[in-house]
Amino acid sequence: MSTDTGKSSTESEVSGLDYEETELKLGLPGGSRIAGSEPEKKRGFAETVDLSLAGEPRSRDPGDRSTDGLVSGAGKPPAAKAQVVGWPPVRSFRKNALKSCTYVKVAVDGAPYLRKVDLEIYGGYQQLLTALEDMFSCFTVRNYPNERRLVDPVNGTEYVPTYEDKDGDWMLVGDVPWKMFVASCKRLRLMKSSEAVNLAPRTPQGSTSAR
Amino acid sequence: MREERSDMSEDEDGGGGSAKSRGGGGAPPPFSDQVLENVLENVLQFLSSRGDRNAASLVCRSWYRAEAQTRRELFIGNCYAVSPRRATERFRRVRAVVLKGKPRFADFGLIPNNWGAHFHPWVCAMAAAYPWLEKICLKRMSVADGDLSLLAYSFPNFKELSLICCEGFSTAGLAVIAEKCRHLRVLDLIEDYLEDDEDEMSDWMSRFPETTTSLESLVFDCVGSAVNFEALEALVTRSPALRRLRVNHHVSVEQLRRLMALAPQLTHLGTGSFGSAAAAIPQGGNNVVDLVNTFAASKSLVCLSGFRDVAPQYLPAIYPVCANLTSLNFSFADISAEELNPVIRHCHNLQNFWVLDTVRDEGLQAVAATCKDLRELRVFPVDPTEDSEVSVSDVGLVAISEGCRKLRSILYFCQQMTNAAVVTMSKNCQDLVVFRLCIMGRHRPDHVTEEPMDEGFGAIVMNCKKLRRLSVSGLLTDKAFAYIGKYGKLVRTLSVAFAGNSDLALRYVLEGCTKLQKLEIRDSPFGDSALLAGLHHYYNMRFLWMSSCKLSVRGCNEVAQRLPHLVVEVIRDRDEDDDGEFVEKLYMYRSLAGPRTDAPPFVKIL
Repeated sequence: MSTDTGKSSTESEVSGLDYEETELKLGLPGGSRIAGSEPEKKRGFAETVDLSLAGEPRSRDPGDRSTDGLVSGAGKPPAAKAQVVGWPPVRSFRKNALKSCTYVKVAVDGAPYLRKVDLEIYGGYQQLLTALEDMFSCFTVRNYPNERRLVDPVNGTEYVPTYEDKDGDWMLVGDVPWKMFVASCKRLRLMKSSEAVNLAPRTPQGSTSAR
Repeated sequence: MREERSDMSEDEDGGGGSAKSRGGGGAPPPFSDQVLENVLENVLQFLSSRGDRNAASLVCRSWYRAEAQTRRELFIGNCYAVSPRRATERFRRVRAVVLKGKPRFADFGLIPNNWGAHFHPWVCAMAAAYPWLEKICLKRMSVADGDLSLLAYSFPNFKELSLICCEGFSTAGLAVIAEKCRHLRVLDLIEDYLEDDEDEMSDWMSRFPETTTSLESLVFDCVGSAVNFEALEALVTRSPALRRLRVNHHVSVEQLRRLMALAPQLTHLGTGSFGSAAAAIPQGGNNVVDLVNTFAASKSLVCLSGFRDVAPQYLPAIYPVCANLTSLNFSFADISAEELNPVIRHCHNLQNFWVLDTVRDEGLQAVAATCKDLRELRVFPVDPTEDSEVSVSDVGLVAISEGCRKLRSILYFCQQMTNAAVVTMSKNCQDLVVFRLCIMGRHRPDHVTEEPMDEGFGAIVMNCKKLRRLSVSGLLTDKAFAYIGKYGKLVRTLSVAFAGNSDLALRYVLEGCTKLQKLEIRDSPFGDSALLAGLHHYYNMRFLWMSSCKLSVRGCNEVAQRLPHLVVEVIRDRDEDDDGEFVEKLYMYRSLAGPRTDAPPFVKIL
């Protein structure tokens, strides 16, 4: 693949002044981006999207990004770009350290071990919780009107799935759109319901934090 | 008697010394000459620079022998330039070895796995020849656990191991090093890739000697797996000489605090995650106060790095040490200008600063306002793709150039740049030795004038008279290279990507840059005739890399025939068929050893 992109880019170079390298073009000629566009703020999203946890339709997700008023430059271009190997020249150690690593640890209150899940492989909250249920096979999922809880049938203890986001706040799982959750979730904790009362109840705005 | 000379001239890097060396065999010199040689050895032992030593070795046979006997540090810039046997036969009393392997573009995935640069034959030769070896530094070598084991068992006085951008070993190898190298002072693992099976990790941290250790430096921030923290704590406790400690991201800020309390004498600290590991809700205020006090007690800290998962509320803890810092690496810290400002404001003595572009131009302006002594700046992209948002730009570059006049080295990733800004930097920062600008969009012109970036880079080579290393990017025509060839007389390392219009560009460089040592080119329209324009110079270079250019087998063959001491490797991507005429990747280097025997099937040596 690098062969192809190498050849095509050099061919357009030979013609000299042609800026329209079609398959590699990103934005306006000259490549200038709209500098004013701010990175997405999660609270902005939460305000525009009302989410119910159960049965969240997947098709929402691309739609979420278009409901905000930001210039499309702020999001990633939807079309898959031709990736050139090794460009920009950043070492993989650095790339891996910085990229939103979607592997998160899952801790269960009272259990001495941690598990890891890759959030990206799940399509939504439903699948994630099912996976957790499988993983910590002692649990069964109990459905509440607005939440899911996991229950240990042996002692009846209820667990509420919570997560720590990028800001270090602990939130209830399900408060924000799935994609945003994947982007901001750093670790999961199945917290005993009795302790979870300290977390703010879910509101339409979603992202309030507990201290 | 003069040592015979070959076509290969000496340069600083020598790939093992002068050409056509004769090991020191033959009849022993007469007695008076022997006395002279002894005297000479006593004098030459004070020569440390390898450039000087290489020159001294060329004076005559006697000097050659004396120099060979007194060289303590052996630098091999390309592990394939000379055979281990030959190197160890000539230099018999070496105590320290520096060995470099793969070309730099390997870091970016351009070289398939198993290409080579194996440490194994070197460690075997050294184990036999240098029982008193103390230091080994490897860069971009393939190192197996067995090699580390052999190292640990072969050198009873071993003191310092530095592995930079290496791969092939695991924590099992580290365990043997820890256990067997009882006099270890330095274990520096820098951007290595460890092979670690999650199920088979070794608790290497527990394997250090249980007595007081001589450890001065322990750097393991690249190790992906968690270490045994209790063992680490215990190790720090019994390592009174420890000055440099860089932990990996599994170490939380609470754990870090405990380590720092045990080692207030640290000068270099890698902070690990600098975020909280506690599953519980962080205790907020108390933790920060404790941390501040701990930093305040670390009065010797001059270098800080890490901050891999930095929780912004902990950043103020480092204020007490900022004024003493000469080096600060925030290049993994996703922080904004607002978060940077209160930190950088205190860093008046900063000389090295690495940062992410999340701080934007405003952040760089803050740096420029305070860090008047800055020598090296690196700005990395948080999102290393061609279409990420603009965060730093020509604005930041100009600010830095105006505030940091003593700048010597810059690496700057950006999405947009102007010639004017680069010209400004060339005028403001006359001390620049290293200028590496990476405009991430390929072929991207000046974003204001839409012109190519020729004038900017031209100004750099024209005005920065000490420039030795240059990386170019953006839309560049042959003109840029004409400038480089004309003015870049001291340039030793040049990196080119997606640039130039024709063979002329490469010709300008090969004909003009008389000190060129390392040339790496990708995706640029340079063909055989340009390649052949460098025949007069290739023996003076460490290597040439060209990938995705316009080379053919015919042209490369001609180079190989005309220059018998050049190893010309044509590298295919694994799943490619034999391409026939077209050469996708060319790597060529001078060598005394001839074609290597360990080449994998996808490498063809012409």
